[in-house]
Amino acid sequence: MLNQVASLGRLGLDVMKQYGKAGILLSRVIIRVPNIRKGFPLLLQQIYAEGVLSLIIIIVSGLFIGMVVALQGYHTLSKFGASQELGPLVALSVARELGPVVTALLFAGRACSALTAEIGLMRATEQLSSMEMMAVDPIQRVISPRLWGGFISMPLLTIIFNVTAIYGAYLVGVKWLGLDAGAFWSNMQSSVEFHADILNGIMKSVVFGFVITWIAVYQGYDAAPTSAGIASSTTRTVVYSSLAILGLDFVLTAMMIGGW
Amino acid sequence: MLSQRTVEMFVGLFLMAAIAALLVLAFKVSGLTSFFKTDGYVVHAVFDDIGQLKIRSAVKMSGVTIGEVTEIKLDPTTYRADVSMLINAKMADIPDDSSAAILTAGLLGDNYIALTPMYSSTFLKNGSVIAETHSAMILEKLIGQLVYKISGGNNANSGTSGNGDAAPDSTKSHSSTGVKK
Repeated sequence: MLNQVASLGRLGLDVMKQYGKAGILLSRVIIRVPNIRKGFPLLLQQIYAEGVLSLIIIIVSGLFIGMVVALQGYHTLSKFGASQELGPLVALSVARELGPVVTALLFAGRACSALTAEIGLMRATEQLSSMEMMAVDPIQRVISPRLWGGFISMPLLTIIFNVTAIYGAYLVGVKWLGLDAGAFWSNMQSSVEFHADILNGIMKSVVFGFVITWIAVYQGYDAAPTSAGIASSTTRTVVYSSLAILGLDFVLTAMMIGGW
Repeated sequence: MLSQRTVEMFVGLFLMAAIAALLVLAFKVSGLTSFFKTDGYVVHAVFDDIGQLKIRSAVKMSGVTIGEVTEIKLDPTTYRADVSMLINAKMADIPDDSSAAILTAGLLGDNYIALTPMYSSTFLKNGSVIAETHSAMILEKLIGQLVYKISGGNNANSGTSGNGDAAPDSTKSHSSTGVKK
């Protein structure tokens, strides 16, 4: 009996230790004087690897998600004779929910898993230790540009996703199903608000980007230095970030609808 | 590994694409126009009931949008709604005895303010108040009056006409349901 209580306590302590280590890593990344001349090229390389190379998957899935939402929405709306409202339906659901969430999920699968594997392998092959031997701070050289790169890329990818999804809906709704283009855009404009809908969606994506790259970087940095350790770290990154995205999405939506 | 210059170029293109996309979202999708403060003047009108009128609802004359509602507040002494609207500076010559009515676009559409020009030779200016207003038609009220009239029989007419402006409304509801059927 006591043994079980003790193991429960040990589990709690371990979880707390993980949070503490992640927090320390984050504070070491953020609280420091930025070295712009050396750090900026590294940051650009990470934005390229995490942002630019994710563009294809983001654009293709944005296009198809917009098209599918338009197709489904059209058939449901036309039952009520309200197919003119297809534009608002797609724009609101994409800008508020689908854009940030789906982009973050794709980003977690496409970029964050790669981050974890890369940093984990650096740890396993002692590259991080050898950097320290050469008086290069691995936090500054490896961790920091990756964290900031993901943080910057996520909102940009979300904006691009939103626009491609809306144009996907335009393709299906106007070009294929024959809605009126003027009604499509003007109904959209009259019911989408820039601040309440679009900026709040982008705000969500900023939070998601921060949290999931933090999870990815920490899991890589803390990976057990074996091949199995890297594998389980990468899995944990994807699982934890997906859960964090969906959970945080609910909390953020509740906050935004409740008016902060 | 790409050269640093290529990477920089791609990241620059990425940023530009994102900024262009944000502009599309702002202007094409959400119709954001309040960045550019439109030139105009503010006119007030006091209504008994504004229905579903909202801030940024359109102000129209002959069906053409000439401004938007900027502020709605309740007058604490008269308990009537005070609506401020911003009229485009281009529409400077609206006679000051014009009337304002709250209408509905379509059967279930949004409410808007329709201005009907009259014949005065002096014009509305910043801060002036439109004297003649017509409140919003509330569908539920009309249905209520109709039901009351049908069930009340002949003596219903004297009951509703005691309300003053309710009597013409109930005749309107008759004609509108007639069109529907």
